Amino acid sequence: MQFLVYISAFIIPIVMFYIILHGVVNKVSVYDVFIEGAKDGLKTVVGIVPTLIGLMVAVGVLRASGFLDFVAGLLSGVTDMINLPAPVVPVILVRMFSSSAATGLVLDIFKNYGPDSHIGQLVSIMMSCTETIFYTMSVYFMTVKVTKTRWTLAGALVATLAGIVASICLVS
Amino acid sequence: MLNYLWAFMMIVGIVYGALSGNMEAVSDGALNAAVEAVNLCIKMLGIIALWTGIMHIGECSGLINRIAARLSGFISFLFPRIPKEHPARKHIAMNIIANVLGLGWAATPAGLKAMEELANVDEESGGKRVRSGIASNEMCIFLIINISSLQLIPVNMIAYRSQYGSVSPAAIIGPALVATTISTAAGVIFCKLMDRKGKR
Repeated sequence: MQFLVYISAFIIPIVMFYIILHGVVNKVSVYDVFIEGAKDGLKTVVGIVPTLIGLMVAVGVLRASGFLDFVAGLLSGVTDMINLPAPVVPVILVRMFSSSAATGLVLDIFKNYGPDSHIGQLVSIMMSCTETIFYTMSVYFMTVKVTKTRWTLAGALVATLAGIVASICLVS
Repeated sequence: MLNYLWAFMMIVGIVYGALSGNMEAVSDGALNAAVEAVNLCIKMLGIIALWTGIMHIGECSGLINRIAARLSGFISFLFPRIPKEHPARKHIAMNIIANVLGLGWAATPAGLKAMEELANVDEESGGKRVRSGIASNEMCIFLIINISSLQLIPVNMIAYRSQYGSVSPAAIIGPALVATTISTAAGVIFCKLMDRKGKR
């Protein structure tokens, strides 16, 4: 883990260095292009503001009501056995349906335990190595009017499970 | 899907709060969360804009296209039955690149285009599966690879972590990379097994 953290510090600067160098060598007006791309990024973030407000409010309500603690308490027997902190369970379940809703739960965990805590790191990695199964499948298959998806779901679950197990092993 | 999920969360929260006498906390929670969502987005603006700006340089310099060309071998490995010059390969490559670089908005358009081309691949090879609404092997593989997550740098997660006061927000890059590799490897192995079993 320590070694991986060390590598992590280098990746962003190296990627930026390489991309900018490649741009300069190929005579791209890098700064102008950067501004253009950054503008696009701003639009993306502004676009998710309403989504985030909606979902963070929903998670906030659910948390404040004590319901999440209630569910976590119910599941604590099972999750303790596999060394999984109980608040992670809702994240895993929601993640399969909606990335933004799962993000809402993750931010809640960051707020309560801190992003550098054991559980904070675990959910960070988990979120990074999984995807929204049902959303992706419905959008992609919808475009080609396919309704019988055969072994897609099974494979998606296998990959997701492998990612979750890997996250747990890496953090502990 | 999200409509039900959202309604479920709000309704269950309010009902449970009423039953357990936490109504005051629920109303505070709702208002604070709304304010916090906006604060969060303001911090996110900086990090995301930086990233999309840098990536745009990569697009314009041809770097991203060049990496796509390099992927050809990997695509042949995953999809041995797609003909060499078929346009499906280009879209699949673009989709994979965009996923690896965390460009969600670029990955989805390329992915949808790839699905259409995969339908053509099925038709051209004489298959009738896709036309009758059944996924081809290639489609299953493509979806599983997409869902196994390919992202190299989890930019969003890093942005959220820094917003919540992480000492080193980028510390998850390494472990996330390992976990992503493992999930993708599991997906690929599964696909290879099923693909062999379900030969047409």
